[in-house]
Amino acid sequence: MNQTADAVDRIFSEESRPVLATLIRLLGDFDLAEDALQDAFTAALETWPKNGLPTSPGAWLTTTARRKAIDRLRHLRIVEATRSELALSLRLDREACDSHYELEVSPVSDDQLRLIFTCCHPALSREAQVALTLRTLGGLSTAEIARAFLVSDATIAQRIARAKQKIARACIPYEIPDRESLAPRLDAVLSVLYLVFNEGYLATSYEHLVRRDLVADALRLARGLAALLPNEPEPVGLLALMLLHDSRREARVSDEGDLVLLEKQDRNKWNRPQIGEGVRLIERALRMRRPGPYQIQGAIAAVHAEASTAADTDWRQIAILYDQLLGYERTPVIELNRAVAVSFAVSPVEGLSLLEDIERSGALEQYAPLHLARADMLCRLGRNDEAFECYERALPFVPNEQVRRFIEQRLHREKTAEANVGHQTGTKSPSGANPV
Amino acid sequence: MKYALLIYAAERDWAGKSKEEQGRIYNDYMAYTVELKKSGKMLSCEPLDPTSTATTIRVRNGKTVSTDGPFADTKEQLGGIYVVDVKDLNEAVAWASKIPDARTGSIEIRPLMNIPEM
Repeated sequence: MNQTADAVDRIFSEESRPVLATLIRLLGDFDLAEDALQDAFTAALETWPKNGLPTSPGAWLTTTARRKAIDRLRHLRIVEATRSELALSLRLDREACDSHYELEVSPVSDDQLRLIFTCCHPALSREAQVALTLRTLGGLSTAEIARAFLVSDATIAQRIARAKQKIARACIPYEIPDRESLAPRLDAVLSVLYLVFNEGYLATSYEHLVRRDLVADALRLARGLAALLPNEPEPVGLLALMLLHDSRREARVSDEGDLVLLEKQDRNKWNRPQIGEGVRLIERALRMRRPGPYQIQGAIAAVHAEASTAADTDWRQIAILYDQLLGYERTPVIELNRAVAVSFAVSPVEGLSLLEDIERSGALEQYAPLHLARADMLCRLGRNDEAFECYERALPFVPNEQVRRFIEQRLHREKTAEANVGHQTGTKSPSGANPV
Repeated sequence: MKYALLIYAAERDWAGKSKEEQGRIYNDYMAYTVELKKSGKMLSCEPLDPTSTATTIRVRNGKTVSTDGPFADTKEQLGGIYVVDVKDLNEAVAWASKIPDARTGSIEIRPLMNIPEM
């Protein structure tokens, strides 16, 4: 009996997402689908322990939920009949009679893919896209999404309710876009998944650096997307990018819970099998010869991952890749990253002059990494007092407690170094300097 | 599914255009309208006279008060409406993005409310 209860729990957590996606497609209504699924779970709890588990639990749940939805609609029809519900109910009756109808339920099904394009439809705001994707396709509750994005439960609940209402009333379809409009629509899906991943991975506003559930959801959905669109290189590139970043998870945080810079990380802690998979994926994507921003970022992550020590990093290759990335989107953050790569590939002086261009634009004045990069380059030139100022300038703009601690340690170290060595004012740099 | 495509464009820009340019845009609209009509998806097409011809009225305490001009003073003004009957929002977006003013102004897509008694 207990065993059955465990099995039921496991089946619920495995099957609920794909079954829900199928129900949303069949019913064309998020709320009705959720209610019907709940009804089906209740029915399962009653019948499965008595009659044993069905051979295909996913199909059983879908069929039962569909029947429950018809019951709900019949009931509704008595209360208040509207034409669309009648039509829907008729369609359901017809499909229920169709004996060919059998369900394939896989980790990320076609129906889930269809649904992700609906959830990330450009007619919805980015916030709504993220919340709806996590709620319907990810494993997160409204409360968990609210915690992850530091807003109230009520805000998220309202965001999701409004989005569902817009999908229904403005008639946003459940379909995979045709070839012609796939690229721009795919962009929206990819940026939602990457945003979810980064929110989990960087956890800008959290005590813990890694929010595993967001990362796991983003990885699962990206994997499903890449599998279902095997001829599209960008989803593969995004999956590779996520895997490669995530492979450094264990090395990113010290035992004391502090952030560890890439060049200081213990590379033995990197997840080698995961790096292997990421590199294979990025190679597969690049072979399709349709480069894009996620593939390029994945390639950059791969170059870092393949260096056995920080000093072995092929910065020249990374600088070239950032140049290519700038061809797709010219943002100050990418220019900053390129400046860092150039500072290692050519010299810190060269890097500093690129940073000056960015600083003049004023776009990143409140962006801590800009000041940190400048501080680092100045340190490498022995200009410690100027570096010290940059660290101080970065402090007010650091959202994460652990990053803040990291800077304060650096500041402390600069101070002690200065006290010990006195002022170093060397301005010459060894060209082709490598990070140590 | 029925949608209204509301065309918003800056009237001032139109006034500043040369006769040739105005003629070209007019022809673009004619071509677009013919294409939409031929597809069988157009329910109506309602170009509007400029807001300088608009009268806005309010009834307060049983009295009708009229003012000269549009309801709201905005940068872009409502210049015309197409009503289309298409499959879903994606198809409405596809038709809306072909409207000549989409390139410089904005097209607001609003689903029509379905009230059987009306």
